[in-house]
Parts: sequence; structure tokens; C-alpha cells
Amino acid sequence: MTGKVIYGINGPVVTVQGTDGFFMQEMVYVGHDRLVGEVIGIEEGVTTIQVYEVTTGLKPGEPVSPAGNPLALTLGPGILGNIFDGIERPLPALEEHFGPFIAKGSAVSSLNSEKTWPVTVTVAVGDALSPGQIYATCPETPAIEHRFMVPPGISGRVTKAAANGDYRLTDRIVTLTTDRGEEIPLTLCQFWPIRQPRPAARRLPIEKPLITGQRVIDTLFPIAKGGAAAIPGGFGTGKTMTQHQLAKWSDADIIVYVGCGERGNEMTQVLDEFGGLVDPRTGKQLRDRTVLIANTSNMPVAAREASIYTGITLAEYYRDMGYDVAMMADSTSRWAEALREMSGRLEEMPGEEGYPAYLPSRLSAFYERTGNFETLCGKKGSITVIGAVSPQGSDFSEPVTQNTKRFTRCFWALDKSLAYARHYPAINWMDSYSEYDGELSYWYNSTVDSSFMRLRGELLHLLREENELMEIVKLIGADVLPEHQKLTLETARVIRLGFLQQNAYHKEDTYVPLPKQFGMMRVILHLHAEAKRVTEAGLPLHRLTETGIFDRLVGMKNTIANDDTAAFDRLEQEIDETVNAVLKKG
Amino acid sequence: MFTEHIGLKQISGSLIALDGVKDASYEEVVRLRLLDGTTRTGRVIALSGERVVVQVFEGTAGLSLEDTRTLFTARPMELTLAPEMMGRVFSGAGQPRDGLGEIYSSARRDINGSPINPVSREYPRNFIQTGISTIDAMSTLIRGQKLPIFSGAGMRHNEMAAQIVRQARLSSPNGEDEKFAVVFAAMGVKNDVADYFRRSFEASGVLQRVVMFLNLSNDPILERILTPRMALTAAEYLAFDLGMHILVVMTDMTAYAEACREFSSSNGEIPSRRGFPGYLYSDLASLYERAGMIKGKPGSVTQIPILTMPNDDITHPVPDLTGYITEGQIVLDRALDAVGVYPPVSVLPSLSRLMKDGIGEGMTREDHAAVSNQLFAACAKVQDARSLASVIGEDELSETDRQYLAFGKAFEQRFIHQGENENRSLEQTLTLAWELLAMLPKSELDRIDDELIARYYPAAH
Repeated sequence: MTGKVIYGINGPVVTVQGTDGFFMQEMVYVGHDRLVGEVIGIEEGVTTIQVYEVTTGLKPGEPVSPAGNPLALTLGPGILGNIFDGIERPLPALEEHFGPFIAKGSAVSSLNSEKTWPVTVTVAVGDALSPGQIYATCPETPAIEHRFMVPPGISGRVTKAAANGDYRLTDRIVTLTTDRGEEIPLTLCQFWPIRQPRPAARRLPIEKPLITGQRVIDTLFPIAKGGAAAIPGGFGTGKTMTQHQLAKWSDADIIVYVGCGERGNEMTQVLDEFGGLVDPRTGKQLRDRTVLIANTSNMPVAAREASIYTGITLAEYYRDMGYDVAMMADSTSRWAEALREMSGRLEEMPGEEGYPAYLPSRLSAFYERTGNFETLCGKKGSITVIGAVSPQGSDFSEPVTQNTKRFTRCFWALDKSLAYARHYPAINWMDSYSEYDGELSYWYNSTVDSSFMRLRGELLHLLREENELMEIVKLIGADVLPEHQKLTLETARVIRLGFLQQNAYHKEDTYVPLPKQFGMMRVILHLHAEAKRVTEAGLPLHRLTETGIFDRLVGMKNTIANDDTAAFDRLEQEIDETVNAVLKKG
Repeated sequence: MFTEHIGLKQISGSLIALDGVKDASYEEVVRLRLLDGTTRTGRVIALSGERVVVQVFEGTAGLSLEDTRTLFTARPMELTLAPEMMGRVFSGAGQPRDGLGEIYSSARRDINGSPINPVSREYPRNFIQTGISTIDAMSTLIRGQKLPIFSGAGMRHNEMAAQIVRQARLSSPNGEDEKFAVVFAAMGVKNDVADYFRRSFEASGVLQRVVMFLNLSNDPILERILTPRMALTAAEYLAFDLGMHILVVMTDMTAYAEACREFSSSNGEIPSRRGFPGYLYSDLASLYERAGMIKGKPGSVTQIPILTMPNDDITHPVPDLTGYITEGQIVLDRALDAVGVYPPVSVLPSLSRLMKDGIGEGMTREDHAAVSNQLFAACAKVQDARSLASVIGEDELSETDRQYLAFGKAFEQRFIHQGENENRSLEQTLTLAWELLAMLPKSELDRIDDELIARYYPAAH
């Protein structure tokens, strides 16, 4: 390819005169430093390219060479446990080659092509393979088996198959011969364009929740495996903290954590923490099931736009192997802002608040890549996305929050006043909702306890009642309320402090399994029911509060071990005895 | 190879366009020579074939199409770096403005810097004692952090920043004093303010360890955009090349953002919220993210940006975007300032994100986190009690609410309020916190373990 040179430069946007040989979304190399870019517009005589790196020092007349393929990811073993930038360049390898600062034009290959993997070949000569079928496996990390699949669009009969053994990324494992007699080599890696969803056999209905160990989420506002949730919140309300907790403790097989336009130190923290943490279910290191995409706020803006797609494409690749994947995107607002910035450079007509008019369609297309699927190889896999939203000025009516709300069915609204009072997680129970509760109620009732959803309803009802009463309390104080309403306030206090508040730094409280969550809920509601007997007997509530039983329940998240469900029976008994004693005294 | 072009094609606002330029590169620096012999500096901001658009830092007043000579330097905007920078004063464009002559060195660096690879970052954990109770106890400053002060016009943020600089220096562990320096960037501030800082540095004897970059309120707007980049380039050099601990004070970020807005609108860019450019987040991030520590290097860059919230509005784009990037914020409160409380720190919205990993046993004190949480919870309750009292009157309040009111008052007068030269140790601060918490019934201390209460609850009560 000769003769293609840079004509104009404006920030990350580069134009080339002439359109020959370019196609839309093709990857190109720009300039002598071979900066990575992507074709984003082809018009009369002009090709427009967005460059994923800093363009300082670039000159008109420098060469532009098309790569001949769309911007694609290398998919293969070595992804898990790694940390990449927005266009799948491994950051540890960049550090090794170029030092602690990321310089432009730093080219390294995405996956280590020298490392060998102990491959087990699962097909034999003569087998017919269709797209998505598994032809080999290898242990990628101690926790996860990597399954090598025939790339979509390719099928044929196996004419050569290698023996089991150690192979490198590009070694030929299987040779397929298609109906037309064409030979296609299959290696340990394949390529896939980031903007194109990977195909699956069909969508399956939602059936299971993603268990996160966070009480306010699992019990009150559950998210389904294959669902999508939004966490909007102003700065300092704990979006990132919540995302970290979900990445650590949720029961997905694979975690894709995308730090999109966020702080460098936060990514470092994730790296530090995940290295040492052990998955409570498998006993393996959390890092072994996690892949990080870090495009911090000071890295080039075009790559920030790509990082979300890179993340979801990796998620789809592991879904296709039959895994439940959860992706955390922190924060989708930065991605939307990257869209806006690029749109401004392209001088497109702006929509709401300067965002491009295609913001809603991009958001919906992204969230539609979530779901519960039957994969091409007949396994079940799912992608759950939890997207943080950083609304400008904490104003939830801004376009990104509003559009995200339309395409996600779970909404965890973070609240500044809760965060100020250091009530964490600061998920506001009045503004948040989960539309998955109906679909998941069967699972909860059949797996945890048949009364689960009923008790959950009571818990929510009490919180709502408290909210209404607080309006009155704000005007006239709590002392004048009748005793049964005082009881509602007292129980709601226990729910807020003892149940909803959860300490991410406490070794027991950071992750609470569902049976304990249910036990806590049951005991609180039991106390409420029993305490009603006190107020109905015409006795003042403080007789009961004086016994300290309410505060015992506030403390149970710390005093009762996570696996000690019998403790709740004892506690219920103690409640009965305390109430009876109060009634007896009269 | 330098090429000089005579004549311009077009002048519009602060931008000039030239035709027929070969070999110009994006963001290259150009020098303009006027007919009267004066020179100006500019930067290439757009290229289209042989047409070049240049932004002139000092403005285009006096420029003519015919007689202006333009020299392309083939280099991006750079700053010359040397240890001798300490104690010197530079303009926002990096030129000496103290009359002591140029800095000569072979070390020159692009002022835009390069992003630190997240893998190479060292997660900041070292507590810096500022001697200010509200910061040390509740929004701890950590070495390598970026912790802005959100203030408003007329509040005493400058005094507070100067006090932090003065007192933070002394607490460097194992006598690292030698390795400490301050980089001060003034953007669009009045001469008095810059002078206040200079005198305050002088009085505390650190002036010889300060590098100042001054862009005063009557200096060119476009230089204001360069000022923090110059300062941070110097800071990175001192920290990562010379291994020093650098505290960067940048004031006023609002003036900086307004300069960006002015530049953006003169370029005809599509504005987003309140007329600020759509890339303001990325732009601010490219500054704030230059704080931190790097694995295997001894130095650190800690940032204390100061910004004034127009009309005290924390949802204004500048504080809002800043809060999303920085690791917390110290918010000042006009009501406290009005009753003479100094520093007027509003504790509830203030936050330090890195605090949790830098405090506690072995780093500060075992009860630090719990005490801090309890203080926050108590302050939230004080607010509730106050709003209730304003409706039904203090007399109607419950006993507990009245105790909270008393606590709130004492907290403001004794804990938040302190002298401009009062340097409280963390020990003193926490003891004071316990004294105040003891004004509340023990049952209200629900964020502190019983064990810690037994150990620290003041005996007199």
C-alpha cells in the first residue's frame, strides 16, 4: 500500500485525501510511529480516521497504512489475570518495554506468543465441526479452563489433529477442510472485531440471580445472571467501591473489569487487592478469573471509547465457552463523554447537552449484548453488565443516566446524603429498583426459603412506611407519634443500620451468603412482630428498647458468623423470652 | 532545520492561519516575530495539507498579515529542567520572571507529559500529617494523593493551603526534610494572592525549596492553560528524576477552566454544560492524574488544587468534574466562615478516598477509622437535630437530640476551629475527638467497637 499520506490533523482526528483501499471501521497505522487508528468516515475524496494515541508531533505527509481488517481483538489463553489498555495492549508488557510512562507508538502483541499451554485436543480426524464447537482445552489459570472454539462462520471436517501437548499461541492444532475443499488451520487464538457482537445459538430466559454477598443488592434489589444494572451516583457516593465489591464477591465465573476514564490509582488498587484475595467459593485467587481493562482518564480519549467494546467482546468470548461472565464498566459516563468529544471533533450536529444524537442507540446496542444465552456449542453462558454512571452535578435527569435507565432493568441509585452519613453501600432504598424480582422470585423461594420473597416485601414495606413517617417527624418530632409508629421507626432503624449498612472492610461482613441474609431478615421481622404484642398491650415501646434487644440485632452482622445459621434460631428464642418478660412485668 | 515564513493568511481571535507550510507537525511550537522586533509564542492546533492553524499565547493584538514572521521550531511545548529551578519564579509559559536569567540544562521535556502506566503505579498509603484536625482525622491526606480544596470567593482557602504546606513538611518521617519541595502554580489569581504565598513560604523558611509558576489575572489567558502543565512537568522531574517528595499547590482551577472555555469558544467548538468545552473532563484529568507514586522510584507528587466554586455551587462543572477525578475533596463552608471558624471545613461533604488504606494500626492509631466514622455519623445527626430544632424549637427536642446540638457546637468551636499556626499532632486530634464524643451517650457510639470504647473513652465521664 503506497501513496496514502496524512492530510489534516485535529486532535485525535486525522484525515487522508482519497478513499481507495479503505473500508469503514478498518484498522490503520498512522505516521512513522505507526499509531493505531480506525477509519470512522469515508466521504467524497476524504477518509477520516480516529487515532487511539496522542497525535502530538504528527505531520501532514506522513504515511497511513490500512491493516486490511477491522479493529479486532486477539482472543486466546493469557487474557485472564492480565491487564490491558482500551485496545488490548497488555500494560505489564508495555511497562517491561517502555518503562513506567506510556509513550506513543508502543507496539506490543496482545497475548504472549512465546508461552506454551498444555493443550488437550478433544476432536479426532474425521469429526465434523460447526462454528463455535470446542476442539481443544487447556487450563488457562488454576480456576478456569480455556476452551478453544471454531470461529463463527467456519465449519468443516477435521483432516489433521495434533496430539495433546504443549503448544504456543499460533501453533496449528487442528486443520479443517471445508465442503469446498479449502483447508483452514485452527490455532490457539482467533480474532474478532470489537464492534460486532459474537453470535450465540439463542437467548434463554432469565432464571438465576447473580449472588453478590451484598445484602441490599441480593435481598432487596437483585440482579439476574444475564441482566444489566446501572449504578448512578455523584462523586464520593461509592460507585467504584460498589463495583469493586461486586468484582470481588459476585458468583460469576469470569469478571471483566473495565476502568473507563477513571483514576489510575484505583486500577492499581484493584491490581494490588485482587492479587491477594481468594474466591470464597473456589478457594482460588480472584485474579485468576479476572481480566482488567484500564483506560485511565489521562489516556487517549479515542481508546476510552473503544475500551467498553473491548471489554464486552472479551466477555462474549468467555460466554461462548459456557461461562457466566460479569462485566463492570466504571464509568459509562466517561465513555459517553468520549463519544461526545469525538463527535465534536467531527463537527457533527449535537443532541442533548452536546452529546451526539446517536448516544441512546449506542447505549442500547451495548446493553443488548448482555443476556442469558445458549452458545453455539450448546452450553449455557451469560453476560451480566453493571455500568456505573457519573451524572454531572449529581443530577439524574442528565442524558446518560436517563438513557441508561431505559436499557437496564436494575437501578441502584447512590445517594449523597447516605454517603455523607457514611452509610455504605449508599444505595437509596426508595429510589432504587430491580425489575428482575418477578423472574427471580421462584429461584429465591425454592432455593433459599419459601418465605423469602414475602419477607422481602415486608422489609420494603417497613422502609417505605418509615419514609412517610419521617416526613411527620421532621415537622413535629418523634416523641408525639403513637407507640406502634414508634415501633415502625425503631425496626426501620434496625433494618438500616443492621441490615442495609454493610462494612466492606470487615472480614465477615464484606461478603454475606444468602442463608445468613435471610436469617437476618427473618429475625428482624420476627422482632417487629413480637414487639407489636408489647405496643398492643398498651405498654410503651421503650420498655422493650431498654432491654437492648434492638441493638443486639443491629450488631448481629458482626457477632454472628457467616455460616452459623443456627444462631438465628437462638436469637428468635431470645426475642420471645425478652418480649414475654416485658409483658409479664407489665 | 528551522523554516521562517513571512506573512499570514488570516487572523481570527487568538488564532492565525498560514498557507504553504511544509513539514509542520501537530502541537509544534512556533515563534512569531513582529515588525517592531518583539516576539510571541504559539502552538500548532490544526493542520490541513499545507494550511496551518496556530494559537498565539499572548494574543494577536498588533499582528499584521503582511509583516509577521513565523518560525517553526519543530518541537512540542517544552520546559527546561534543572535542580536550580528551586527558589525561582517563572511565568506561565515557563520563562523566568524573577530577573535571574535563564535555566540552562540539557533536560527538556514535553509539558503534556505521558500517562503513568497503572501497572507501574505504587498505591499511595503513607499518611501525611497536616496538623489540621479536620483533615488528619476525617479526610486524611496521603502522599501521592490529589486532594483539592473546594472553596468560594472570599473564604480563607489560601491561608489553609499555606498552613498545610508549612505543617506537612515537618511530619516527614525519618528526617526526609531535605527531600521535600513545593511547586506552586498560580493561574489567574491576583498579585496579592501570589505575593501572600511567596511571603508565607519565606516566613516558614521553605522559599528556597519552592518553584513558582505565576500566571496572574492580567497575564495572557492562553498561558494560563500552559501554567499547570509547566508546574507538573517540573514536579515530575523533581519527584521521579531527583527522588523528592513534591507538594503541588495549584490555584485557582476555576480560572484555569475558564481560560479553557474562552479558548474553546474562540475556536468555535461546540460547548457542553455552561459553555465549557466537552473535553473539560479529559483536560482536567490530564492534570490531576499526574499525581502519584511510581514503583521503584523514591519520590512522589501530591497535589492540592484549589478551586473557587462560583456562587458556592458544588454542582458547577469545575468542582463537579474535579470531584470525579480527584481522590476526595476538602469542602469549605460559607456559614462556618461567617462565624469566624477557621479553617471553615464542612466535614460531611469532605472526603479522602485514600484514607482507608493509610490509617489504622501500624500507620496512625487503631481507633482512627472508627473515630472518624463516628464523627461523620454524629455530624449527620447534628444536622438532623438542627433542622428539627428550627421547626419545633430546641425545648421540644428529645434529650439525645439536645446532646447532639451541644456536641455540634463544641465540635465546631473546638475541633474544626484552630489557629493558623496551631499544629496539632494526630494524637492530640484523636484525644480531642474522644473528649467531644464523650458528650454523647455511650449507646450512640454505634460505629466504634466496645473494645475500643473501653480503651479510649475518657475516664472522667
